[in-house]
Amino acid sequence: MKVVIMGCGRVGATLATWLDNDGHDVTIIDVRPDAFKRLPPEFKGRRHAGNAIDQDVLARVGIKQADAFVAVTQGDNRNVMATQMAKHLFGVRRTLCRIYDPIREEIYRDLGLETISPTLVGAQLLKDLLDKQPVAADEKAET
Amino acid sequence: MYIIVVGAGKVGYYLAKELLEAPEGHEVLIIELDAVKVERVTQELGDIALRGDGCEAATMDKAGFGRADMVIAVTGDDEDNLVVCQVAKAKFSVPRTVARINNPKNEMIFKQLGIDTTVSATAAILAQIEQELPTHGLIELLGLRGGGLAIVEIKVPQRASVVGRRIGELLLPQQSLITLIVDSDGTPRVPTNDTVIRPEDQVIAVTRRENEDALRAALTNSASPPSTPT
Repeated sequence: MKVVIMGCGRVGATLATWLDNDGHDVTIIDVRPDAFKRLPPEFKGRRHAGNAIDQDVLARVGIKQADAFVAVTQGDNRNVMATQMAKHLFGVRRTLCRIYDPIREEIYRDLGLETISPTLVGAQLLKDLLDKQPVAADEKAET
Repeated sequence: MYIIVVGAGKVGYYLAKELLEAPEGHEVLIIELDAVKVERVTQELGDIALRGDGCEAATMDKAGFGRADMVIAVTGDDEDNLVVCQVAKAKFSVPRTVARINNPKNEMIFKQLGIDTTVSATAAILAQIEQELPTHGLIELLGLRGGGLAIVEIKVPQRASVVGRRIGELLLPQQSLITLIVDSDGTPRVPTNDTVIRPEDQVIAVTRRENEDALRAALTNSASPPSTPT
């Protein structure tokens, strides 16, 4: 599978590394070339310095041939815009978009994007952990 | 009209100012994240600024997007302007959204994503340059909402085959309409079927985008008129 990832932060770099290890054809884009330092030296995919909300940049990395596009920059709006361009302008079949703001995430899910809000996922994981092993009020008082 | 402007940079500031001064008496609200800019607006234009992130639904709620007649997003970032307008439409059913774009190539995708109007200073300057180029046959003046129609301007060259002919005899592409002719001395004429095309006429026409090339050819070719376009 040919995957284009936008944003080489912790999540982007980790995902790129995993997919690369699994034998996928990975291209990762980031505006700051410094960000590629997060990738391990043995990373076999392509690193492209550029702004992925510029359709010329997306075209240059061969987005038309991509099977999947993942947007994981720090900016919700950048992710939303690039994902919609990949989906509607270049016809990428599978697009995933990270949106921190849960309200914006809901809106864009309703508009047909495949979205994930790490805010909700993270909060839910933490709450589940607390629920599974709650600290009772009397226990707390004894310590 | 209740008009919400998002972004109090130079464009947003002067836009709000002009809107407030307009004789129509608009109600204007300007949303800005930067406290310094909010302060400047309040000092100069009065209590019309709301401090907050114009991309967040909570701010939009507070600003009264639900009753806005128009939302204009003029921050410096295309992606922010896109999201403001999309959320305004999807969540608050704002009837008319306008987005400023820096990259003229974003115009198409913004339209496709439901933004009513895009405004690009880059494209406007390019159009000015094109107007100065005598060889350029057709200039798109304005895209019309829906239907893929555009208002275009074509300058009729000295030796064009249409010179001296009546509009009624011209073979124009489908759904193309000559709406105004401006003489070489700047006099406007409302054309009828009997209006005769003169050299150096500026022809203002409405046409389908895909027929622009055929229309340009029809009015500028010096050889025999082109075959009917499909």
